[in-house]
Amino acid sequence: MSLYYLQKVLYDINRNEQAQQKYRDDVDTLLNDYTLTDEERLALKTPDIGLLYVLGVNGQILMHFAAFHQIEWDDYLQAMRDGIAEHGEVREGVYAMTGAGENFTIDTEVQSD
Amino acid sequence: MSLVYAGICSHGPGITARADRADPVVRDAFYANLDKMRQDIVDAGAEAIIVIAAEHFANFFMNNMPAYCIGMADEYEGPIEDPEWLKIEKTKVPGNPGLSKRLITELMQTVDVAFSEEWKFDHGISVPLNFLTPEYDMPIIPANINCQGPPLTPLHRAWAFGEALRRACDSVPEKLAIVGTGGISHWPATPDSGKINLEWDQEFMDRFKRNDKDAMLSYSDEETYRDAGQGGYEIRTLIATAAAAKGAQANVHFFEPIPIFATSCFCASFEL
Repeated sequence: MSLYYLQKVLYDINRNEQAQQKYRDDVDTLLNDYTLTDEERLALKTPDIGLLYVLGVNGQILMHFAAFHQIEWDDYLQAMRDGIAEHGEVREGVYAMTGAGENFTIDTEVQSD
Repeated sequence: MSLVYAGICSHGPGITARADRADPVVRDAFYANLDKMRQDIVDAGAEAIIVIAAEHFANFFMNNMPAYCIGMADEYEGPIEDPEWLKIEKTKVPGNPGLSKRLITELMQTVDVAFSEEWKFDHGISVPLNFLTPEYDMPIIPANINCQGPPLTPLHRAWAFGEALRRACDSVPEKLAIVGTGGISHWPATPDSGKINLEWDQEFMDRFKRNDKDAMLSYSDEETYRDAGQGGYEIRTLIATAAAAKGAQANVHFFEPIPIFATSCFCASFEL
């Protein structure tokens, strides 16, 4: 049940600039409006992208939250891999990792200096 | 008849956000085909574009998730994503609420579609519009199919939605374009981003090109998840567009896997 509210707070932050400001200014008050476990609160406040991923947050919600935090794309992908290494497999939802942590883009990318 | 254009294209955020990391030859060929879509829509005389999209929790959540929803606003805003990340500036996009209302009213004869007088675009619409209406001077009518939060609408209902949308288009005097935008196989926003099942994509595009209804509707969600990832659920938008084309054959103008864009990228249009 808790995953619903964990994703709900992220949904609200992702689409609402007032919620974004509240997250920056007074995150505890913002999070008090949702039913969350201590682990979920910590993951949201840190932010711990890897743990949020393992907890089952839909990737489309998580990707937008990572962008809000100015987390670069490669760092976002690595944070999810690190989360699995630290916390185990994705616990819920349909965004589980299926590729054993492989990098699927490196061979075709234009590499910057 | 008032449907003057029907086509499909990709919408992945990497298409703009990670443009500098793609092979420039392939990327620029893709961009050129998106620009040709823009010109074809203009040349067809379209007065508004209905975008059949698969949004990503910009408007709808599991507290009240519509299987289908159509925008009925005077204007829309987006993208919700950080503009520096997506590399698309936040903007207002014009709508046409009167036209939306007439289309929705007709659709409701056969489909229990939801409607919304406010709507925030995410990359699922903002990326295509960045290429198709770069001046944001064409009224847009967003039409969403829930492809994100299961349980999802069955494929045959997505087909029925497309058929109803065509009937609604034919009931109004305005010249309209339909652009369906969704992914084929992809595992977006996961560590598997960039993984592509090219064989599956080629097979789907072949079925799409032939507008083979039975073949397109034969995928189960279990098979799609296994072979095409959670992103494959978005074929609903493409199937609805094929239904709106009323059996017409499609021309695939561009189809290439671009892993850093997280999907096989495509542009196609129907011979209406």
